[in-house]
Amino acid sequence: MDMLAGKVKMTQQSVNTAMNPADALERPIRLTARDVTVHYGAKQALHGISIDIPDRAVTSFIGPSGCGKSTFLRCINRMNDTIEGARVGGTIKLDGEDIYDPSLDVVELRARIGMVFQKPNPFPKSIYENVAYGPKIHGLARSKTDMDEIVVSSLRKAGLFEEVKDRLNEPGTGLSGGQQQRLCIARAIAVGPEVILMDEPCSALDPIATAIIEELIDELRENYTIVIVTHSMQQAARVSQRTAFFHLGNLIEEGVTEDIFTNPVNKQTQDYIMGRIG
Amino acid sequence: MNSLVIAGLLLVLLGLAYQSGWSRSRGLSTANGVKVHSRPQYHGSYVAIWTLVPALIIIALWAWLGDGITHNFIVSQIPVETVQSLDQVGLNATIARIRSLATGYGVAGEILPYEQTAGDALRSFQFITFLIVVVAAAVAGIVALLYARGRITARLRARNAVERVINIALLACSAVAILTTVGIVASLVSEAYKFFTFIHPLDFFFGTVWNPSFSSTGGAAHGQYGLLPLLVGTLMITLIAMLVAVPVGLMAAIYLSQYAHHSFRAVAKPIIEILAGIPTIVFGFFALVTVGPFLRDFGSLVGLDIKATSALTAGIVMGIMIIPFVSSLSDDILNQVPRTLRDGAYGLGATKSETIRNVLLPAALPGIVGAFLLAVSRAVGETMIVVLAAGNSPVLRGNPFEPVATITVSIVNQLTGDSDFAGPQSLVAFALGLTLFVITLCLNVFALYIVRRFREQYE
Repeated sequence: MDMLAGKVKMTQQSVNTAMNPADALERPIRLTARDVTVHYGAKQALHGISIDIPDRAVTSFIGPSGCGKSTFLRCINRMNDTIEGARVGGTIKLDGEDIYDPSLDVVELRARIGMVFQKPNPFPKSIYENVAYGPKIHGLARSKTDMDEIVVSSLRKAGLFEEVKDRLNEPGTGLSGGQQQRLCIARAIAVGPEVILMDEPCSALDPIATAIIEELIDELRENYTIVIVTHSMQQAARVSQRTAFFHLGNLIEEGVTEDIFTNPVNKQTQDYIMGRIG
Repeated sequence: MNSLVIAGLLLVLLGLAYQSGWSRSRGLSTANGVKVHSRPQYHGSYVAIWTLVPALIIIALWAWLGDGITHNFIVSQIPVETVQSLDQVGLNATIARIRSLATGYGVAGEILPYEQTAGDALRSFQFITFLIVVVAAAVAGIVALLYARGRITARLRARNAVERVINIALLACSAVAILTTVGIVASLVSEAYKFFTFIHPLDFFFGTVWNPSFSSTGGAAHGQYGLLPLLVGTLMITLIAMLVAVPVGLMAAIYLSQYAHHSFRAVAKPIIEILAGIPTIVFGFFALVTVGPFLRDFGSLVGLDIKATSALTAGIVMGIMIIPFVSSLSDDILNQVPRTLRDGAYGLGATKSETIRNVLLPAALPGIVGAFLLAVSRAVGETMIVVLAAGNSPVLRGNPFEPVATITVSIVNQLTGDSDFAGPQSLVAFALGLTLFVITLCLNVFALYIVRRFREQYE
């Protein structure tokens, strides 16, 4: 705990003297994880992860396949609950409130922490209904006009509205991969979350669609706390302000993105970034 | 006995041939840089096929022609004047007696001397022809074996030849299935056509009275063959069965695939599927003895006049019979919906039942509809339950509490007992069968079309 706080302080200093003084670091902490462990049956997937995630910034999790970065991401909105045999230990707090508290309503939690998945997964419904689904189940719209407004503004925020405005009633599955993924982002935004989790959102997309999504992430950061898991170190470097490196179920190093990429403290991080592991 | 000997012979030939081809292949020289084309087991199979085919052809020829030859032999053994004095039926009876004598089982009544000698002669004839066939098959096999073995060289494409034979064998097997279907349809159509020479198709398809008279004394008094009462009965029972099976089966599938703990599922799914293994006659019995009386008593309690054997009884029991069919298919289809879709809904904060209602079921709907249509076509063709529990009353009415008759039951009624396939009384069964076939065919085609569309969406 103390060590970690020290490290955060240290990275703050290094950034203050470096080139990126404005962002991320003066921001308040939104999510705090302490000693988070996950077991799938007998197998331990995470060994005590502790990390602080700042408000309205992009934090990226990098690391080789199977390192636990997606598992940890899925702990944050309790998606691991849906996997049979998964057990989560430790604490994760959102604004100081324990999200694993038995009295907490997981449905409400997931409305506050939205998620975008690796493979675009629009529902087999129309584009409009895809976006309207979340607001509908949470009762966010009083009238049809309210709903129209939510749908349009969500699609606008996801940068998709101009492309689909004439075919809102066509199936969402008919869009291209990149458009589907932006539809999924719009769907997540429509519920009005505070945090958006993205699990390798571009891994199924081509470079052009990827660039559009990355630009979008950069815009969304002004209003949302974003956590993104990515395979691509370049992507982490491009979109995130903070980066955490996971390896074999451990959080090896975490800090300001610039530092992690130019001046990693840990040898393993260095090896990974140089392409020697993973 | 004879067939055992032949099978043994073929097996020995097969083993010999395979071994011989295999060892020959192993002995092939590759010294001067020639690569052996096929592996030894292909050379073995190559020789084995070459050996087996001539032997099989000889045996098949005997199976095809042997009976006629034996028949002629027996006739030649009967004195000419006896043959002339007998009519066809009498001759056949005599031949059957001689055959029985030859097998040594003996016959009823007094044995005539010529019968005894003919029987003895037949026995030795059968023995000799059998020996000839076996030896001929063996010789042909061995000759072919030697020929095929001689053909083996390093560059012989034995693998390609064997693969081609396998290809042909598989094609032949699927051809059997297809040709059988074609044959059945053809016989249905031709017999139904004969029926329609007696009864006008319009009277059949749109007739409202089903009263086939069996007293075929007068040429004109064929009775009335209106399909509608049977069709209505069939559809009514099917509808009731689906009303039972669809909700129960679907809910069971949802529970099993989404809610149940996997250890419960591991026990419950096989148990539900056992229900599908119960013979339908047992369900019919259950309907007749338990469900029918229960429904009648229940009806009198609430002031409804429900007959013990009625469309309701048969429909409910048939529905129970179809439950595992519906639940098992729906369960598979629900599990085919990609996990990412469910995750997407959960990620938005949807509850379990919201996810199922709004995402899972709509996504699985085409597949589930396909499953239902397959279940319907089963219900339409179901016979035993209806024979026992529906009351067999071919009267056109819409009350499910009354007895009805279905197409299948009427087929059973028209074909059981003494029937003469020249009159419409029996031929109508083919017209009914054809109608049933067309109904289930349309349902199946439609169901497969829907299921395929569903698959395309997610694969």
